[in-house]
Amino acid sequence: MSSDRRSVLQAALGTGLGMLLPVRARAQSADPRDARPQEGDRLVYADGDQKGKPVKPDALPVGGPPVTAMPQDAASGTVRDGSRLNQILLVRLDPTRLQGDTTTRAAQGVVAYSAVCTHTGCDGFAWTPEKQAYKCPCHDSEFDPADGARVIGGPAPRRLAALPLKIVDGQLIVAGVFTGRVGATSN
Amino acid sequence: MNNKNVLKWMLCAVGFAFAQQAAAYDAVTNERLLKPEPQNWLMYRGTYNGFGYSPLDKINTRNVKRLVPVWSYSTGQVEGHQAPPIVNNGIMFISTPQNQVLALNAKTGDQIWQYKREFADDVQHPHPTNRGVALYGDRVYLATMDAHVVALDASTGKVVWDTKVDEYKNSYYFTLAPLIAKGKVMVGSSGGEFGIRGYVAALDAETGKEVWRTHMIPGPGEPGNETWPGDTWKTGGVSVWITANYDPELNLAYWGTGNAGPWPADAHTGDNKHATSVVAIDPDTGKIKGSHQYHWNDNWDWDEVSAPVLIDVKRNGRNFKGLVHAGRDGYLWLLERKADSIDFVEGKPFVKHDVIIGLEPTTGRPIYNMDKMLKIGKEVTICPSHWGGKDWPPEAYNPKTRLLYVPLQQNLCTTMAGEAKIAPYAAGKRYVGTDASKTRVFPREGADHIGEVQAWDMDTGKLVWTYNFPDMLPNWGPLLTTGGGLVFGGGSADRKFRALDAKTGKLLWEFKTNSGITGVPSSYMVDGVQYIAVQSGWGVDAQKMTGRLNDSLKTKVVVPQGGVVWVFAVK
Repeated sequence: MSSDRRSVLQAALGTGLGMLLPVRARAQSADPRDARPQEGDRLVYADGDQKGKPVKPDALPVGGPPVTAMPQDAASGTVRDGSRLNQILLVRLDPTRLQGDTTTRAAQGVVAYSAVCTHTGCDGFAWTPEKQAYKCPCHDSEFDPADGARVIGGPAPRRLAALPLKIVDGQLIVAGVFTGRVGATSN
Repeated sequence: MNNKNVLKWMLCAVGFAFAQQAAAYDAVTNERLLKPEPQNWLMYRGTYNGFGYSPLDKINTRNVKRLVPVWSYSTGQVEGHQAPPIVNNGIMFISTPQNQVLALNAKTGDQIWQYKREFADDVQHPHPTNRGVALYGDRVYLATMDAHVVALDASTGKVVWDTKVDEYKNSYYFTLAPLIAKGKVMVGSSGGEFGIRGYVAALDAETGKEVWRTHMIPGPGEPGNETWPGDTWKTGGVSVWITANYDPELNLAYWGTGNAGPWPADAHTGDNKHATSVVAIDPDTGKIKGSHQYHWNDNWDWDEVSAPVLIDVKRNGRNFKGLVHAGRDGYLWLLERKADSIDFVEGKPFVKHDVIIGLEPTTGRPIYNMDKMLKIGKEVTICPSHWGGKDWPPEAYNPKTRLLYVPLQQNLCTTMAGEAKIAPYAAGKRYVGTDASKTRVFPREGADHIGEVQAWDMDTGKLVWTYNFPDMLPNWGPLLTTGGGLVFGGGSADRKFRALDAKTGKLLWEFKTNSGITGVPSSYMVDGVQYIAVQSGWGVDAQKMTGRLNDSLKTKVVVPQGGVVWVFAVK
C-alpha cells in the first residue's frame, strides 16, 4: 500500500473509530431535578443555614457578598439540585451601576448568573468587593456582574450565562431561561 | 453508500489497519520496563528510578548548537500540555488536555491514530492537563479527568476496556500518568481542593478490574488515624497526582502525597499522617511498607506529590539506596530506602525560607516559625510561596555527572487568608478554607530573579551550579538530562526551550516555541538519529502564576496557548 493510501485509510479509520465509540449520554434526563431553571421557578438557598428557603431580595446586602441559589419548581416544590450546572450566583448591586441588558434582567438590583465558570467548569467563586467582581478560585478568571458577567480578567473565553429575574410576592422568581450555555466551554 | 455499507466499510478498515499495525508493534514486557532500550522512552520518567535520563549521546555539548526542529504537530488543544512524548520503537504516544491521546510516527510526525474522550457537560477540569500515558503489552493506558482508566490498543487506538475507578461528581479526578509494574496499572486521585480522601489504586492490566486500593489517610484502627482529629480523615485530601518511582529489588513504589485540607492548620490539628509524605507501597498487595513525612500539619498547600528519585548515594564512605526529593516545602531531602522503612538522612533548604527555621537532627522533623501558620480567620505571608520551592515539575539525575538537576522558584512569597468560617464539607464542592480574592503572590524585596535550575552533588550534599532565569521569569519546566552531557527544560513565559551544560550550567542552546513549555521532555532514537521531544502548551498553575505576578509587578506578560509537539535533531 502506498503511504498516501495508508494515510487516507488511517484518516478514515480515525473518523470511523470516533463514530463507533459508545457515546456518553449527554442529554438531560426527564428528572425535573436535572432540568435547567425554568420560567416561574423560585430561587432557594443552595446551602448554609437557610438551605431550601426562598431567597428574598431584601435579605441580600447591596454590593455583595453573593449567595448561591438553586431553582425550585414552584408547583411541585422540587429543587432542581440534580446537576451542579444548576447552581446560580445571586448578588445585589447598586441599580445605577447596571449596564445594558443586565438592567432588564435584574430585579431590585439583584442579578443572577450561572455559578459554573466557562473556562474549565469550576464553581465556588470568590467575591472581590473592591472590584465588585466574581473570581474563579481555579484559574483566577474574573467576571463583572453589573455588565452581563463579561470577562474582566483571567483565561475564561466567554461570560457567564445570565438568568433573567422578576419579583413576585416578595420572592425572586426566574423570568426566563439561561441566556447561553452553562459549564466549561471545552466539554 | 448507505449507512449499513459505511459501517461495514469502516469495520473492515478497522480490521485491516489493526492487522497492518499489530504486526509492527513491539509489545512492552516486564523485562523491557525494567531495562528500557536506550532508543526508547517507555514511561513517564524514562526509567523506574525516575532519573529523567536518556543515555543517548549523539546530541551533545559539542553539537547542540546545531539542534533544529525536524517536525512539529499541533494537538488542537489549549491549556497545560505536560505529558512526555513516550516512544516505543518508532511510535510516539502523546496525551494532551481533554484526555486526547495521539499515536504518531516518531520519525515523520505523521498521525497513526487519535483517541479523544467525550465528557459529560458537568465534568470540571480544575487542573486541565494530563501527564502522560503508560505502556504495557500491546496497550496504552490513560487515566482520565472523569476518574476512569482506559486501555487502548496500541496499534489502533481502539478502547479495549474502560473502568470507572471513582465518581467525578465527587471531584475525584486523574491527571497523572499511570505507573505499571508487574501487570498492575497504578493510579492516584487528584481532588485535594475538594475534600477527597486520596488513594492509590491498582487495576489488572489485562482485565481492568480493580485489585487493590490503599487510602493515604489512615482510617479508624489504622496507625496514624489519631493524627487526624474527629472525622477529618474522611475529607482531609492527601491527593496523589504524580507518578511514583519504583524499586524492583525492594518491590516498592514510592508515591509522593499531597497536602492536608482544608488548608488552615487548625482545620486538621495534628501531624496528619501520610500527608506531604513519601509512601512506599508494595504493588502486589497495596500494603504500605514505609513512609516519611517531609513536613507535618501542612497549611501552605505544599503538596509533596513529586516522587523521590531513586539514587544510590555514596556518602561518607557508605553506599546506600537513597530517595532524593526537592520539596515544595523548599528543602532538598535525602532519605534512605529499605525493605520495611524510610529513614531520614539529611534536609537542606534550596530556597530562601522564612517558615521552616530548622530540622530536628535525628528525625528531620521541621521546626516552624509558628507566626507563619495559616489559620481560620488569619492572614499570613510566607516565603517560599504557596507554590513552594519546587512544585510538580520533576528533577532529573545524570549518572554520568552524578548531579541532580532541580527546576525551582527562588524569591517568591504569598500572602493568603484563612476564611473566617469554613463551610461544612459537601461532596464535589471546593473545600479549601481560604479566601481566593485575598491571595497575593509577589517576589521578595530586592529579588533580581525567580526561576532557577540548580545542580546538586548528592554524594557531598553540595550545590554545584545554579542557572538563573532572566527577566523575573518563573521556572515551570520539567527536566531531561542526557548521556550527551546536557540538561533540557523550558518552563518560562518567554516560550523558550533550553539546553544547559550538565557539568557547568552554561546555556548552550535555546529555541523559542509557540507557547510556554511545562511538558516533560524526552529523548529517543529512530534509524540511528537521536531526537529530543517536548510538548509546548502553557496553562494550569504556570498560567495562574503569570497572572498573579502580572498583578503584583504591574506587568502584562502574555503567553499564547495551544499545544504543539516539537521534535528536534542535529542537522
